[in-house]
Amino acid sequence: MTSIKYETVIGLEIHAELQTASKMFCGCSADYSSAPEANTNICPVCTALPGAMPVINAKAVEQAILVGLALNCTINPHNTFARKNYFYPDLPKGYQISQYDLPIASEGWLDVPADSGKGTQRIIIRRAHLEEDTAKTFHRGDHALIDYNRAGVPLLEIVTEPDFRSVESALAYATKIRAILRYLGVNAGDMEKGILRFEANVSVRPVGSDEFRTRTEIKNLNSFRALTRASTYEVERQIKVYENGGQIVQETLGWDEARGVTVSQRSKEHAHDYRYFPEPDLPPLELSQAYIDSFHAHLPELPDAKTERFLREYGLKPQDAALLASERSLADYFETVVKQTRDSAQTVCNWLTGALLRQVNELGLSVDAIPVPAVHLAQLIDLAFDKTINGNTAKSVLVEMFQSGRAPKEIVEAQGLGQISDEGVLKEMVIKLIADNPKEVTSYLGGRETLLQWFIGQIARATKGKANSQAVKQLLLDEFEKLKK
Amino acid sequence: MTEHSFQIDADMVKHVAYLVRLGITDEEAQGFSQQFSAIIDYFNLLNEVDTSDTPPATQVIHASMVLREDVAQPSMSREEFLKNAPESEDGYVKVSTVLGEE
Amino acid sequence: MDLNSLTLRSAQEMLRSKQVSSVELTQAMLDRIHKIDPQIQAYMTVTDELALEQAHQADERLAHGDNVTPLIGIPFGVKDCLSTKGVRTTCSSKILENYVPQYNATVIEKLSDAGAVLLGKHNMDEFGMGSSCENSAYFPTRNPWDLSRVPGGSSGGSAAAAAAGMGLFSIGEDTGGSVRMPAGFCNITGLKPTYGRVSRYGLIALVSSFDSIGPMAREVYDVATVTEAIAGVDGRDSTSAAIPVPQYSQSLGKSVKGMKLGIPKEYFVAGMEAGVESAIHKAIEQFEALGMEIQEVSLPHTKYGLPVYYLILFAEASANLARFDGTRFGLSVRDGAEDVIDVYLQTRRAGFGDEVKRRIMLGAYTLSAGYYDAYYLKAQKVRTLLRQDFEQAFEQVDALIAPTCPTTAFKLGEKTADPLEMYLSDIYVTATNPAGIPSLAVPCGFSQGMPVGMQLMGKHFNEETLFQIGHAYQQVTDWHKQLPPIG
Repeated sequence: MTSIKYETVIGLEIHAELQTASKMFCGCSADYSSAPEANTNICPVCTALPGAMPVINAKAVEQAILVGLALNCTINPHNTFARKNYFYPDLPKGYQISQYDLPIASEGWLDVPADSGKGTQRIIIRRAHLEEDTAKTFHRGDHALIDYNRAGVPLLEIVTEPDFRSVESALAYATKIRAILRYLGVNAGDMEKGILRFEANVSVRPVGSDEFRTRTEIKNLNSFRALTRASTYEVERQIKVYENGGQIVQETLGWDEARGVTVSQRSKEHAHDYRYFPEPDLPPLELSQAYIDSFHAHLPELPDAKTERFLREYGLKPQDAALLASERSLADYFETVVKQTRDSAQTVCNWLTGALLRQVNELGLSVDAIPVPAVHLAQLIDLAFDKTINGNTAKSVLVEMFQSGRAPKEIVEAQGLGQISDEGVLKEMVIKLIADNPKEVTSYLGGRETLLQWFIGQIARATKGKANSQAVKQLLLDEFEKLKK
Repeated sequence: MTEHSFQIDADMVKHVAYLVRLGITDEEAQGFSQQFSAIIDYFNLLNEVDTSDTPPATQVIHASMVLREDVAQPSMSREEFLKNAPESEDGYVKVSTVLGEE
Repeated sequence: MDLNSLTLRSAQEMLRSKQVSSVELTQAMLDRIHKIDPQIQAYMTVTDELALEQAHQADERLAHGDNVTPLIGIPFGVKDCLSTKGVRTTCSSKILENYVPQYNATVIEKLSDAGAVLLGKHNMDEFGMGSSCENSAYFPTRNPWDLSRVPGGSSGGSAAAAAAGMGLFSIGEDTGGSVRMPAGFCNITGLKPTYGRVSRYGLIALVSSFDSIGPMAREVYDVATVTEAIAGVDGRDSTSAAIPVPQYSQSLGKSVKGMKLGIPKEYFVAGMEAGVESAIHKAIEQFEALGMEIQEVSLPHTKYGLPVYYLILFAEASANLARFDGTRFGLSVRDGAEDVIDVYLQTRRAGFGDEVKRRIMLGAYTLSAGYYDAYYLKAQKVRTLLRQDFEQAFEQVDALIAPTCPTTAFKLGEKTADPLEMYLSDIYVTATNPAGIPSLAVPCGFSQGMPVGMQLMGKHFNEETLFQIGHAYQQVTDWHKQLPPIG
C-alpha cells in the first residue's frame, strides 16, 4: 500500500427558504409549517393547474439582494428566470422556475477561520439565485402522498467554489451563513424544519495536486451534524476507494443518518439533462444601481463587524465578543443592557454568557425570545452592583425572573431579599454580637483569627443571608481593633 | 433509406421521448425518426442566417420588474382541488411509489 | 327575425331597445347549436343551463339599467383552452377529458363581469397544435361553407361557430395564426392582438411567448368591442402590458385617406392559390380607392419565420405540457405501473395525440445539451431579426397586408399524412407571433366558392389602426356579410 496523503475538496450549496408571507410566484401563504393540514395553502399557480401563471414576489427579490450584499456579491442589474425541466411528483409544473445563466447575485466571498488555525481564509461564493421549493412527498411503501403547501416557497440557493479543504471549514462557513441569514431576518435558521438545507460536493486529491477529481454530491443535509458526518464519511470513503485502486463515479448521494453512510440515489439518475431555457412567463428583473444601492442602508452590522466593534468598544475577550455577535438578538440584548446598567460591559457579558444563557438553554428557549426584558436584567445587575443583593441572591432572582416574568426589584422586595448594607443597622448587630459572646471575643483577640468567619456567619444567620458580608467583616474588624486598644 | 441529409435515429427519439416521459414503442420511434429528420433538416435553413452580432429575443414586449406585493391570500378549496385528482388520501394527492425512495 | 344571422352590433341594439331579451337570443343560439352543430361539431361542450342562467341575469341588469356594458346579454363561445370554472376544459385532448377547472381565466372573468353569456367551449386542434382542427382528440370540426373541408386551425371550432351563427362572437387564441387562418377559411373577422395586450392568465399555454387571445366575429366593430372588454393589464399575468386600452369601437369610422399600406414582397411569391392572390389584389385596389397609399416593402427574413416559429414552439410547448402528468388532474393510467415513472410514461402515451408527441419530443431534442445553441438559441436570434424586419417596415407604412393562408380551406385528410406540409400552410401567419405584433384578419372575397381572408398587420399596441382600416374596408365591401349555406 502506498502512503499518499489525501486532501479534502468540498464545495457547498445552501438552500435557504426566504422568510416571506407569501410564496415565490403566487399569493399563497408561505408558512407551510404552521398549516393545520395538507394542501391548505394552495392555488392554481403552486399546484400547476392548466393556465396558471407565476408573478414574482417583491419581498423575495429584496431579501435576495440583501443576502447578496451581505455576502459581498455583485448584484446583477439584469437577471432572469429560467425553467429547469425534470419530472418528479414533488414538482407540479414538470419544471422548476429557477435562475440559470443570469442569477441575481454572483462573485461574492466570506471569510472563515483558516485551517491552519491562524487568521482567516476567504471562501469564494460563485452565485446566489432565487428559485422555488418543491412540494413535500411522504413515501408510504407502495405509494406516496403529496402536500403542495411547501410548493413554491421562495428559496435562495447560495453556491461556493470548491474552496474548502476541511470539513471543519465547511461547517464554519455553514454556521456563519446561518448567522448572517438570521441577522438579515430572511431565514430563521430552524434546521429541524428544513428551512436551511445543505448539499456538499465532495472530492479528494493527493496533497500537492491542483487537479479536481471526480466529485459526488450529497443532497438534502438538514443539520450541521449531518453535514459534518456525511462529508467526513464521504471523504474517507473516497480515500479508501482510491487506496484500493478504484475510481469515484460522479453521482448524487443521499445521507442515511441511522446507518451513518452515504447512499446512491438511483431514482434521479436520468434527470441530468435539465434543458434550461429562459422562463417566457416572467420578464427579466432590471435592477437599477440606485435601487441596489438603496439596500446598503438596510444592511445591518453583520457578525464579523460586530465582533470587531465589541472588542474595540467594550474591551471584551475575543471568544465572548464572537459569542455575543453570533446572534443579532443576543448582541442587541447585550448592548441594551450595557446602556441601562451602571456596571461594566464585562459584567453584563459575564451575566449573558453565564447565568442568562444557562437559563435559556435549560428551558429550551431561543435567544430570539428571551423572556426577561433587557431592562430587567440591567436592574438586576444594578441591584448587585449597589450591593442591595449579593451575587448568589442575584442568580436566584434571575431564575425567578425567568419563571414569573416579574421585575427583579419586585421580587427582591416581595421576598425581603434586600441586602442589609445600612451601616447603622449592621453596627448595632455587631456590637450586640460582641457583647453576647465574650468567650469567643477573648479567644479571637488571643490569636484565633479564624473565629472571624464564625462571627460573620452568626450575623448572616441572624439576617437570613441578607447582610452585606463585606460590610459586616469590616465592622467586626473595626470593633475588634477598638477592643485591642 | 432516407433522402434527408440530417438524421435523428430511433435511439435519439427514444432518448428524447424518455426526457419528456412519453412511452413509445421501437416501431413508433422508427416512424418519428423519419419525420423528425425531415423537419429538423428543413429547419437547418436557419444556418444560412448570420447571427453573430444578433442578441436572442426572449421577450416580445419590453416589460421588466413586474413584481407582486408580498401579501398572503387565502387558499383555494382543497376539496375541489382533490376532486380533479386521480387519487387522493387524507387530504393528500396520492401517487404511485417513487422507486429508490423509502 | 333570424336571430342567428345578427351581428354583435345589431344584437346589442336590439337588446338595448328591448326588441329581444338575452334569454331569447341565447335560446336561439342554443337551438341552432343543437340543430346544426352535429354536422359541424364546433362545440366540445355546450353549457345550456349556465347560459340561460347568465342570460336571465343579463336581462335583469338590462331591465334595471344596472351596469349595462356593451357585451351585456351577448352569447358567445370560447376555445376550449381557456380555463372555465365548473365547465369542463379539455384543450381537445384526451389527457384533460374529465378536467373541470376550479378557476376562471381572466378573460372569462372579464366577460362574465361584463354580462356576456357563455354558450360553451369550442373544439380545437389538441393543445392548439394544428392548422385544420383535425388534431382534436375527439372529432374534427367541419367548415360551414363546405362540410368536406376543414375550418382551419387551431381555433377551428371558434371560427366555425361564429360563421354559422352559433354565438355572436368567439374567443379564440392565436399562437401562430390560429385565429386568423380559420377566420379566413370561415369568412369571419378575427384579431390576433399584440402580445401582452390581453391577459393569458387561465389560458392553457402552448407557447408562452407567442400565445395571444383574440376575438372572432362577423364585423370589425364586433371584434373591436370585444377587444375593448378583454384587453388590459392583469396582475396575474406578468407579461400583460400596463398600457391603457383605447376605446376601439368609438374610434372606428375615421378616414384612412393618406395612410400607408405596405405590401411585403416576400409574401407574394409562388405557391399562392390564384383565387387567393386575385382576391388580395382586389382588396389592395379597394384600399387605393379609399385613398390609401400603397407601397411595396421588404421583410427580408420572411422565409425563416416558419422555422423560428416552430423551433421556439417545440421548446416552450415541451415544458408547458410537462404538467400533464396524471398526478393532480386529468387522465392517469396507473394499471400495471411499477412506479410513478411508469405512470408518467403510460399516461402521456395514452393522453397525447401524435402531433403533440412529435412537438414535445422535438422540444426536448432542440433544448438538449449540445443542441440548444444550434436550434433554440439560433431561433431566438433570428427572431430578433424578424422583429427588426417589421420595425423597419413600420417606419415606412402604417400597416401591412398579406393573405391569411396561401390557399382556401382544404379537404379533411388532405394534409394529415405529412406534418411538414401542414406546417407550411402557416407560412403567412407564423412570423407575426415571434414578433408579437397585432394582426387583423378580414374577409376579402372568394375563390371557387370558398372564403379568402386577408390580414392587416400593425405596430405593437396599435390595434386601433388595424380596426380603422378594416372597418373602412367593410364599409365599402360586403364579403363579411356573406353567410355560409347551412341550416
